[in-house]
Amino acid sequence: MAESEFVYVTYIRTTPEKLWQALTEPEFTRKFWVATVQECDWKVGASWKLKAPDGRIADAGEVVEIDPPHKLVLTWQNHLFPEMTAEGFTRMTYLLEAKGSFVKLTLTHTMDKKDSKTIKAVSNGWPHLLASLKSLLETGEALEGSDRWPEGI
Amino acid sequence: MAADVDKVFKALAAPERRLLLDRLRAENGQTLSQLCRHLDMTRQAVTRHLNLLEEATLVATIWQGREKLHYLNPMPIHEIAERWIGKYERGRLRALAELKSKLEEEENG
Repeated sequence: MAESEFVYVTYIRTTPEKLWQALTEPEFTRKFWVATVQECDWKVGASWKLKAPDGRIADAGEVVEIDPPHKLVLTWQNHLFPEMTAEGFTRMTYLLEAKGSFVKLTLTHTMDKKDSKTIKAVSNGWPHLLASLKSLLETGEALEGSDRWPEGI
Repeated sequence: MAADVDKVFKALAAPERRLLLDRLRAENGQTLSQLCRHLDMTRQAVTRHLNLLEEATLVATIWQGREKLHYLNPMPIHEIAERWIGKYERGRLRALAELKSKLEEEENG
């Protein structure tokens, strides 16, 4: 297995189609993913960009595998912090599985390097983003503060 | 089998299971055999505890070939914190926690 990695699982009361939409479409990501939007053609080999509200590229990579609304694999490199950019690409996977009236979302983020700074940074950010995504889909409201880009970054 | 809060609290209410979570925190992605090492518990007991933790979604598992790897899943604890800890309390709580661990370190050291 990869040298730096984490696996986060959350159950969301929704459908795989709606969850997929929320994970990929700007009108949703703006609300829970600190006002960012993704630019991507959503097909294998397409470039993927996560853009800050001011237009800067926060992270970028490529679509490795895509099977809507079940699985998405991206390569992912941070562009905001030089020490993280220097680490190169991480790999991020979403797995969506319908379980009764819930969807089990499994997020894996890995890097073949020990003590990766990028993995450490994203592992701190994801729990709040995922909790906010869950809240948005289940209640219509994202968590406080997750609709704004963090100050000073 | 969505994580309900009762399951999370029940799963956390046993020192053996908290120890397993600590082990995963120290080293994520371990197999059952790796987790059993240096533990004063039978393999069956560890399996039983891991199942309860997985049911409460405190542990997430991924199959890699024939190996089942266990990961600490912080989501349920994050959701509990989110429910009872307000946004503005978080900074003060962190400061208090740091003060506590610093003072206790001095005490022990």
